[in-house]
Amino acid sequence: MAKETGIISWKELPLGCAILEPGNASELRTGDWRSQHPVTDFDKCIQCGNCYIYCPDMAYVQNEEGFYEVDLYHCKGCGICVRECPKNAIKMVEEGH
Amino acid sequence: MGKRVGIEVSLAVSHAVMLADVDVIAAYPITPQTHIVEHLSELVADGLLDAEFIPVESEHSAMSTSVGASAAGARTFTATSSQGLALMVEIMYIASSLRLPIVMAVANRALSGPISIWNDHGDMMLSRDTGWIQTVAENGQEVFDLVLHAYRVAEDPRVMLPMIVNLDGFTLSHMIEPIEFLSQEEVNKYLRPYRAPIRMDPENPITMGPVGMPEVYTEAKKAQDEALKNSKKVIIEAWKEFGDLFGRYYSPVETYRMEDAETAILILGSLAETAMTAVDKMRDKGKKVGIIRPRLFRPFPADEIVEAVKNVKNLAVIDRAVALNGMGGPLSFEIRSVLYDANLHPYLKNYIAGLGGRDVTVDDFSDIVSDIESCAQKGVKPEYTIVNVRE
Ligand code: SF4
Ligand code: SF4
Repeated sequence: MAKETGIISWKELPLGCAILEPGNASELRTGDWRSQHPVTDFDKCIQCGNCYIYCPDMAYVQNEEGFYEVDLYHCKGCGICVRECPKNAIKMVEEGH
Repeated sequence: MGKRVGIEVSLAVSHAVMLADVDVIAAYPITPQTHIVEHLSELVADGLLDAEFIPVESEHSAMSTSVGASAAGARTFTATSSQGLALMVEIMYIASSLRLPIVMAVANRALSGPISIWNDHGDMMLSRDTGWIQTVAENGQEVFDLVLHAYRVAEDPRVMLPMIVNLDGFTLSHMIEPIEFLSQEEVNKYLRPYRAPIRMDPENPITMGPVGMPEVYTEAKKAQDEALKNSKKVIIEAWKEFGDLFGRYYSPVETYRMEDAETAILILGSLAETAMTAVDKMRDKGKKVGIIRPRLFRPFPADEIVEAVKNVKNLAVIDRAVALNGMGGPLSFEIRSVLYDANLHPYLKNYIAGLGGRDVTVDDFSDIVSDIESCAQKGVKPEYTIVNVRE
């Protein structure tokens, strides 16, 4: 059910709308809900991981250098990471900018 | 064929549930359903039924527990009445949308207020659109048979829906009637062990009851609606199979002396037996009267009703509940809707009778028939009426 788009026929729904594949919520594109996205200034970042911990969609992924990069497929643009960053390293930017 | 035993109908329900070899019973006592659950707890305590008997703190919990048990793949039973059913309604919608084949006996009772422990169909009408299949019994034998039929239908892989067997509170639940029991061997020929197509299993985790985003909710409801509509053929098939095995045949709509009937009484439940006595008396006097009794209430047996009604001039629809919307009784709306689609226009008048345990007698049915015939003759606009209300 939680396929990326969710666009399937009623005939294809599993019985009782059950989700038969565990953990497939990660396929849901919560990024669709966003009107702004976060942009991190890595020069200010101290790699504390607050953004990673507080993000309700687990949208931050740590890269090889230890910085947290946002995965825009899942980031829904709530801005929590901006509030929680102790270094004001993250800014919200309008979509399309 | 089993022997005939004189037994209280509630106990016969419990006996049928025992023969169905249920795994889990979760129920809360409420008049007039109490004896069903009480006797089941005895059967479990005495070791005659190997099941989990879960005494819960409310009907909301009874239905929630039933959902959990059924989701785990257990054959599940519960029972209730009136306010108990009202408290269950929130979870009843969940049970049907999750497609869980729970079976519930409802000993029909009036809804408060004023508080009434007595019989009418207020509770049946409250739950009419919860997505449960519903049958309505006329007598004790039918109740016993319909409980077994309910498991057969509900668990059919083509159906997978919860099912209610309605029996009139007191007038059926507390009556001692002669009932022909089936043996365990006979029941085993009819009911196969339940194998849930999907279930909660720690080894194979799945999610039941997830959020339905706007992209999927419409499709989910469509799938549920289709499942309910399509259950009818399985319901009929399961009755046929029951008849072939045990000799008692059932159909979605029962008719009585309808051959050349000009006036028909359309009624649900045990009061149809009183109506039969009235019809016999009227027939003796040459009146062409008959009875139409839907045994299947959900899905609504529209085709069978049209077939039964198509030649009548007058149709007295008896409701055992008043819908507080200024339009009369709920059954009458459904019948009108079915007739409109079939382009049938009998003189239809809605009689609301037997509310909260008020007696409806043989003479009352004769009066109803006289009333509808004279109204039709005078061409009076048919307005719903509450029978025997004191002015
Ligand atoms: S804006 Fe919200 S969803 Fe997006 S990365 Fe920050 S905390 Fe996560
Ligand atoms: S919260 Fe701010 S400082 Fe901490 S890791 Fe995230 S961006 Fe860097």
